[in-house]
Amino acid sequence: MSVALLEIRNLEVRFAMRHVTLVALRDVSFAINRGERLGIVGESGAGKSVAAFSILNLISKPGYISAGEILFEGRDLTKLGPQEMRKIRGNRISMIFQDPMMTLNPVLTVGTQLTECLHAHRELSEPEAREIAMERLAQVHIPSPEARFDQYPHELSGGMRQRIVIATALLTNPWLIIADEPTTALDVTIQAEIMDLLLELCESQNVALILITHDLGVVSQVTERAIVMYAGRVVEEAPTREIVRAAKHPYTQGLIGALPQQTESRRRLKQIRGVMPALTEIPPGCAFHPRCPYVLDVCRVQLPGYSIKNGARVACHMVAAQMQTEAKESES
Amino acid sequence: MSPGAWHRFADSRVLWSFRHDKVAIVSFAVMCVYILLSFSAPLIAPYNPYDPTTIDIMDSEIPPAWLENGDTRFALGTDAQGRDMLSTILYGTRISLTIGICAVLLQAFLGITIGLISGYFGGRLDNFLMRVADIQLSFSTLMVAIIVLAVFQALFGTELYERLAILMLILVIGIAEWPQYARTVRASVLAEKKKEYVDAVRVIGLNPVRIMFRHILPNTLSPILVISTVQIANAIVSEAALSFLGLGMPVTKPSLGSLINSGFEFIFSGSWWITIIPGIVLVILVLVMNLLGDWLRDVLNPKLYKE
Repeated sequence: MSVALLEIRNLEVRFAMRHVTLVALRDVSFAINRGERLGIVGESGAGKSVAAFSILNLISKPGYISAGEILFEGRDLTKLGPQEMRKIRGNRISMIFQDPMMTLNPVLTVGTQLTECLHAHRELSEPEAREIAMERLAQVHIPSPEARFDQYPHELSGGMRQRIVIATALLTNPWLIIADEPTTALDVTIQAEIMDLLLELCESQNVALILITHDLGVVSQVTERAIVMYAGRVVEEAPTREIVRAAKHPYTQGLIGALPQQTESRRRLKQIRGVMPALTEIPPGCAFHPRCPYVLDVCRVQLPGYSIKNGARVACHMVAAQMQTEAKESES
Repeated sequence: MSPGAWHRFADSRVLWSFRHDKVAIVSFAVMCVYILLSFSAPLIAPYNPYDPTTIDIMDSEIPPAWLENGDTRFALGTDAQGRDMLSTILYGTRISLTIGICAVLLQAFLGITIGLISGYFGGRLDNFLMRVADIQLSFSTLMVAIIVLAVFQALFGTELYERLAILMLILVIGIAEWPQYARTVRASVLAEKKKEYVDAVRVIGLNPVRIMFRHILPNTLSPILVISTVQIANAIVSEAALSFLGLGMPVTKPSLGSLINSGFEFIFSGSWWITIIPGIVLVILVLVMNLLGDWLRDVLNPKLYKE
């Protein structure tokens, strides 16, 4: 395996509030290779978006990176100055946001916003920038890009706007796109179209994609590998297919169990009882233990380490114990 | 401006509401007349009040033409020095408008820059700048202006002062009132900063200056427009007040304020027109600008700006 495009090691992000300091991410590590598609799954508040923003070093004020490294092509992004960081943002790493209604500036035309990104990173004349922008608009299947170019965001539909946001993300041929719930604000039929488009573009241009979502269905369609986050920690990482088929961590199992199944109609949806703890009151031991159906005594006191097997890792005492017994059985 | 932009403007709510508001139409028309007449004063004024050779002291204090003893050469009469009132008012309005507009441009430049920086960066810088603004606001504009202008006159003599009077008035009024802009802009920036498009352009990797001026500033324009109309009216009134107190434009180059002042001593000797006519001109000008400001405020954002 070659050197990873992006490697995050033991990242810890804290928010310094007036009286307490909250830990939003603890000991988060993962890596992504060129052209790979990684999903980050978790409930609201699990720290998915904080992780994404910290990659770009854009966590807003009370938050800061307190430990860990973010290696992008071997360079530690946490140590770069603002100017060097700006050269990477939008140029090597792009980001797509949740709500296309909000991510485009209402008072500037689509064309201005597209070419501006190019001007920020490339020495280009206006016609050259326009040409590249048109090319990208055509790539994201926007009909009659010339007409769209001079329109304002409010004149376009949600799906169209998200396509423009994707076109903006692709402008500078980035190596990594971080998509933070890119389809949540769109209606279902458009969701599928946009996801297909993202997948197609990432494959054809060999762009790595970090897809942040709470929708396991989307993750299973698009990504190759997935990590599951709970209360600021990675609880499971595995190839997406294995996560969907045979999740190890009780939390992941719960998430998958909570998906609506068409085959079993008229049954109540299974849900994970309880809610994710707020950052102020994360329980000792495994953060999931108050909601876990298989809770052991050790879960209440000791934070589980990672059990690694076949490129997958799980942070769960129960899984660790199972693996140990399996290993013993195979020995004897 | 592409034809598309023109169509957008023609269809916009602003134009629609303008066409359905008689007060706005009349105010706008009156203001256009003021601007046209005053800035073309050298072309249309019958006399040049700055040229002493055209002035005859024997023509002094002639009443307006429609009154008894009026002279058809001087439609609005003459002042104590024999200057034609109509010409002097035209030139004076030009000076008043110039000072008002330039002072507001200066205010806007200072206030918008400081407001943007304050709102965007926040934290200690924000606190510091806003306290400076508070201190500035706690001195009234007139007080600051009187002190500065009086000190300047005392230090450098009236001769230099008369030459630099326009510039000094612009500077003093401009600097004294920037906090109005800074506060308004800062408030809008705080609201805009939280919106996702700002995150999105930060992610694109634009530098903060570009984000502030190109992306956030256009979104705060409506309150800026509204206070601008009110501030121009205020600046004109301030200038008139200073001139009335003898600290503004000199009598040789009178603005509306100094005209009112110069006629004041003759008001009881019967020559009321030297004060009253420029006074009416000033009142209408300020009224019209305030009416336009009110209308703009209602149209652009009924909730955002109330003062």
